[in-house]
Amino acid sequence: MQDSDRLIRWLIVLGAVCLALFPLAGSTFYLQLLTKIMIMAIFAMSLDLIVGYTGLVSLGQSAYFGFAAYMLALASPKGAAASLWLTLPGALAATAALSLAIGLLVLRTAGIYFIMVTLAFAQMLYYLFHDTGLGGGSDGIYIHVRPSLALGDFNPVNLADHTHFYYLVFALMLGAYLLLRAVIASPFGRVLVAIRENPVRVRSLGFQVFNYKLGAFVLAGTLAGLAGYLSACQFGFVNPEILSWHYSGIVLMMLLLGGMGRLYGAVIGAFAFILVQELFSLEALFGDFARRWQLSMGVFIVLVVLLLPRGLSDLVERLGRGAAKRAAG
Amino acid sequence: MDYLIQILNGVQYGLLLFLLASGLTLIFGIMGVINLAHGSFYMVGAYLALWLTRLTGSLWLALPLGVLAAVALGALLEWALIRRLYARDHLYQVLLTFGLILVFEELRSLLFGNDVHGVPIPPALNFSIPLTETLSYPVYRLFISGVCLALAAAMYLVIRKTRLGMMVRAGNSNREMAQVLGVDIPLVFTFVFALGVALAAFAGMIAAPVSSVFPGMGNQILIICFVVVVIGGIGSITGAMVAALLIGIADTLGKVLLPQFSGMAVYLLMAVVLIWRPRGLFQAT
Amino acid sequence: MTEPVLVATGLTRQFGGLTAVAGVSLELAHGVVHAVIGPNGAGKSTLANMLAGELRPSAGSIRYAGREISQLSADRRSRMGIGRSYQTTNVVRDFSALENCRLAAQSREPHAFNWLRSARSYRGIVEAAERSLEAVGLAQRAAVPAGHLSHGEQRQLEIAMCLATRPRVLLLDEPLAGMGAEESVSMIELLRAIAAEHAVLLIEHDMDAVFALAGVLTVMASGAVLDSGEPARVRANPAVQEAYLGEYDA
Repeated sequence: MQDSDRLIRWLIVLGAVCLALFPLAGSTFYLQLLTKIMIMAIFAMSLDLIVGYTGLVSLGQSAYFGFAAYMLALASPKGAAASLWLTLPGALAATAALSLAIGLLVLRTAGIYFIMVTLAFAQMLYYLFHDTGLGGGSDGIYIHVRPSLALGDFNPVNLADHTHFYYLVFALMLGAYLLLRAVIASPFGRVLVAIRENPVRVRSLGFQVFNYKLGAFVLAGTLAGLAGYLSACQFGFVNPEILSWHYSGIVLMMLLLGGMGRLYGAVIGAFAFILVQELFSLEALFGDFARRWQLSMGVFIVLVVLLLPRGLSDLVERLGRGAAKRAAG
Repeated sequence: MDYLIQILNGVQYGLLLFLLASGLTLIFGIMGVINLAHGSFYMVGAYLALWLTRLTGSLWLALPLGVLAAVALGALLEWALIRRLYARDHLYQVLLTFGLILVFEELRSLLFGNDVHGVPIPPALNFSIPLTETLSYPVYRLFISGVCLALAAAMYLVIRKTRLGMMVRAGNSNREMAQVLGVDIPLVFTFVFALGVALAAFAGMIAAPVSSVFPGMGNQILIICFVVVVIGGIGSITGAMVAALLIGIADTLGKVLLPQFSGMAVYLLMAVVLIWRPRGLFQAT
Repeated sequence: MTEPVLVATGLTRQFGGLTAVAGVSLELAHGVVHAVIGPNGAGKSTLANMLAGELRPSAGSIRYAGREISQLSADRRSRMGIGRSYQTTNVVRDFSALENCRLAAQSREPHAFNWLRSARSYRGIVEAAERSLEAVGLAQRAAVPAGHLSHGEQRQLEIAMCLATRPRVLLLDEPLAGMGAEESVSMIELLRAIAAEHAVLLIEHDMDAVFALAGVLTVMASGAVLDSGEPARVRANPAVQEAYLGEYDA
């Protein structure tokens, strides 16, 4: 194992420990901010599976995020808590079914077509919720009470509590990370990486490339659904904007910023992106331009694409390798 | 007769979509660049029309000035940014142009605020011709259709008769292809991008009097243009024309017949085409 | 000669107005190397692509294992036992040599894999991959990323990946391309050993290799078969001499 790999591994463990201990010290504001970031990290990791590992650039990942969020909103009774044990599997199953249906169509295309077609299907869903009465139309709907984990009278985790919810999201983010890591190391995941590198060869070795892509697409959609479900829990509100392609663009940007094909890169990207966004909207720093944070963000995105195309984690790895070399020399 | 008007509106909308989509498909086809900011250029055009009409008092003066500004903007962007992305994965093109969208939207908000504005129809064209005793059709909409058709015809001639056209017809052509033809590639790419921007901005300008000028107008139409390009086949101008008319009419009729589902109708149409021909109607297989 | 494993009849492929392959027929038999030679543009690679399923023929039939396969997909044909190597090296460059072969061996497992179990923990598949690396003499280089192997080693890896799919038929498109003299000699030995247990189609420019290995020789020119049969006889055919071989005899 290379020194830089070992360094990265320690940094990941260190980061996880910091996140686990944070609620002991942090204020509610930052607790909620970190919760939001970790939800986005799950979302970005889901995208990494298809963009970073399988080489399929999707611009419609918000469809699955938003769809699962809507599923929770529609399943939640007014003024009472829905059971997480029913609504989470239900929302994920529905999202998996949706991504299967869309995947069957969009995976017939490749390259620029794939980008545009994933985008267009997300937009179709946007109009479904925006123009019809389903889910409150353009106004969206509220989830007044967060889902409950109670089993009978036994209720160890109260999601209405910020700290409890934080730990649930933290555990699920870790779970998603470990799950995807295992998937990528599995025979299935190896084929995905090979498809990214050399699809023609993979086909001539006898693999049904389409089925493998579809498997990755559905898994990624379902995980995006998990993030969407958690996001709907956190904010208690869904509207069609979470289905919009801007959202897909932002999560893709997180992935690029953090570094693709690494999983932890997606997590780093979610943190970096949202923290930068918060930074740009600080009036203390940017004065009147704080309200114009989208302008700063746009310029920031352009600069990252031009100057840091491999993302932050690549930068860290290179610094790590440099440090290891100096230590050795 | 109501339907006649709807169909005329659909054709007019379709022809406008064609102007936008043809720029998009040319940029894909010749340069291999996916440009999400194309919708922003449409918006830029509309706001140019608003600003220049206020400044000069006439849309007729605003149009040529606006086109010049758009060409300059396109050439500048190609030279400063887009040029750096030719050799890169589509992903980077998607994200850079996504960043540009944010910049353009925010600049628009900074300069013009977030209100909806109107651009007056030029007096010379501000009347309607009667179709029946009770119905009439605004001449300005016919003017839009006529201008779009004229531009489409011009584009057809350029593509059939010129060397640039040969490159387009060669499909998703590349640098080697262009070199074989002895073309100054960087210059051609700058030209094509500027032309695409100008087409989008021009569409925004002539549409401004009927569509009004409002925030987010570019994003809405961008996705529809993608659908047009997907249905027509990337790089195909003929495909863009057929698909644009198809979408224009389907969308306009959809709004009348099934208002709740009209937003989805065009995407359903795309899904059907995709099942039938994954590379669009006019893409060589 | 033994019963043919694969029989192609009247294979034709047109691209637009151009006919790349026109009515080519050939047979591949177990234990026999069927070499195909011809000048560049003769349609050899198009022929290989049609046999492997990457191109559909415009006309003609391909019978294999008692059934018509000309309309089956490339992956389907691979699973039926038709393996191929490419003219340009075509490996997964980020993967180690072993990982490339493991991937190839994995494609032969009919059962679905556990998505959560590491690919390295499937002992049987890893062993099969190791055996195929061993067979081509790359065992020592198993852990090296394919992109870091020398050109000759990458060509060997191509063959190892083919073998790991346990094919009955091997379609080899210029396996000696770009190899040095010494590497060529060992590659010819390797191919000779492989040929004993497979039906092999060998497209090759290296005439030493062709005459060392071929049991049947087909000469193609402008998409059609000029002559086909026993190598010594084909070699002596004046038409062949004129069209192609002359330059090598000189």
